Amino acid sequence: MSLISAKDVTVCYDAAPVLSHVNFSIESGEIVTIVGPNGSGKSTLLRTLLGVLTPSKGTVTPKPGLSVGYVPQRLSVDTSMPITVSRFLSLPHRKFVADQSHALERVGVQGLETRQMVDLSGGQFQRVLLARALLAKPDILILDEPTQGLDQPGVAAFYRLIEDVRNETGCAVLLVSHDLHVVMSASDRVICLNGHICCEGAPTVVSETPEYRALFGLGTQGALALYQHAHDHVHDGDCDHHDHAHAHEDHANA
Amino acid sequence: MLDDFFARAALAGVGVALAAGPLGSFVVWRRMAYFGDATSHAAILGVALALGFSSSVFLGTLVAALGMALLVNMLSHKGHSMDTALGVLAHSALALGLVAISFIQGARVDLSAYLFGDILAVSRLDLLVIWSGALVVTGLLYWRWSALLTATLNRDLAQASGINPRREELVLTLALALVVAVAIKVVGALLIAALLIIPAAAARGFARTPEHMAIGAIIFGAASALAGLGMSLWLDTPAGPSIVAAAAAFFATSLGRRKA
Repeated sequence: MSLISAKDVTVCYDAAPVLSHVNFSIESGEIVTIVGPNGSGKSTLLRTLLGVLTPSKGTVTPKPGLSVGYVPQRLSVDTSMPITVSRFLSLPHRKFVADQSHALERVGVQGLETRQMVDLSGGQFQRVLLARALLAKPDILILDEPTQGLDQPGVAAFYRLIEDVRNETGCAVLLVSHDLHVVMSASDRVICLNGHICCEGAPTVVSETPEYRALFGLGTQGALALYQHAHDHVHDGDCDHHDHAHAHEDHANA
Repeated sequence: MLDDFFARAALAGVGVALAAGPLGSFVVWRRMAYFGDATSHAAILGVALALGFSSSVFLGTLVAALGMALLVNMLSHKGHSMDTALGVLAHSALALGLVAISFIQGARVDLSAYLFGDILAVSRLDLLVIWSGALVVTGLLYWRWSALLTATLNRDLAQASGINPRREELVLTLALALVVAVAIKVVGALLIAALLIIPAAAARGFARTPEHMAIGAIIFGAASALAGLGMSLWLDTPAGPSIVAAAAAFFATSLGRRKA
């Protein structure tokens, strides 16, 4: 069975639907990227899949005994709480020191164990969150805009890391990104969300083309790919991002 | 030893510090200072109810504190502006309590004992109540420690690890009501929140992990209780406020230590 499946899910905040009639499932080992503009319900969908939010209609069914590694969009450690990286990795369950240092090394931030969480840089913090998620030996890794605040080489490096982790552990990856067009090239599926699922498909791997080189330079080594939206409907009002699909071709040619 | 009023007072203070240290750390981490105020001020309403129905003051304060804590907990999930809501609730409960007590017929009530505590008059039975309450709270926090910490850091993170953050919040609410009910005798309703927050804040500067901070808060709390009692004995100052003043002095000395 699917790791998590959502059937005809509608989620409302104060009676206004944020998500309507969403059908979704993710299989083991699969990498799925969810894109969508701000306020399109991406985080709401993730939180519903995690069980934080209860859908007003429809059902969310996780596989029994599913182990989830979750990397939240923001985690602000209050400065009033002293906590070392090592202690953080052991929440909620104790982890062996060797496992901790191995996990930190895996995500490229070895030796941070005794540092205070509040002293970490944004990139280090994100990687420590990922290390903690990996320590749970997850069947599925759920990441909410993990590349926020990273520059393009940083994004590419992070995506490569996620891909490597998937190849090593076989865990599924569900990733949310606010970048509508540039996605992780290893994604098996890209889902465009805007209150409902607008379109779904595979990213176009265009890393060989000169246009791609011009757009991303050489440093990203094919970790990024373009996603071509194919909406079969037009949104009324301000949620119209339909014509962007054409716009980036112009960028590439410029 | 228990025949000496001073020894009983010291034991009472240390007992309260034992529970207030770890709980106060959570109050600081979760920025619930006003939550503590609202709960402890409701205790005065509890005193009035207890005297009105001639039941035990401990029971009355426990029920009132629990009611207030649950009410605040509920409001915080309804998306109200907590700052104002708590300000309204905390002071309304205190005022209502004071008004209600004035209606109590018969024996004149020594209000100051409930507002500022009466630690020097702690009886053996009070000691039993204080230590039982303190051990229950400490045990509860010890049992739920990891889940409470995870839920305090991030609710979604907790949920993804199979922890129900609302249940953990309920545990804290329950613990807070219990501490208020046992601490009212020691420092009084007006200063309970101070006993929760100040030792924890003082311990922050010396701690590298949450556990260090909780233990440090117990030590600072117990030291404040003893120092305050000593001051009260030698300088004839009121005991409850002296304890809080001692805690404030510890906090001041810890300021230089704080390194983010």
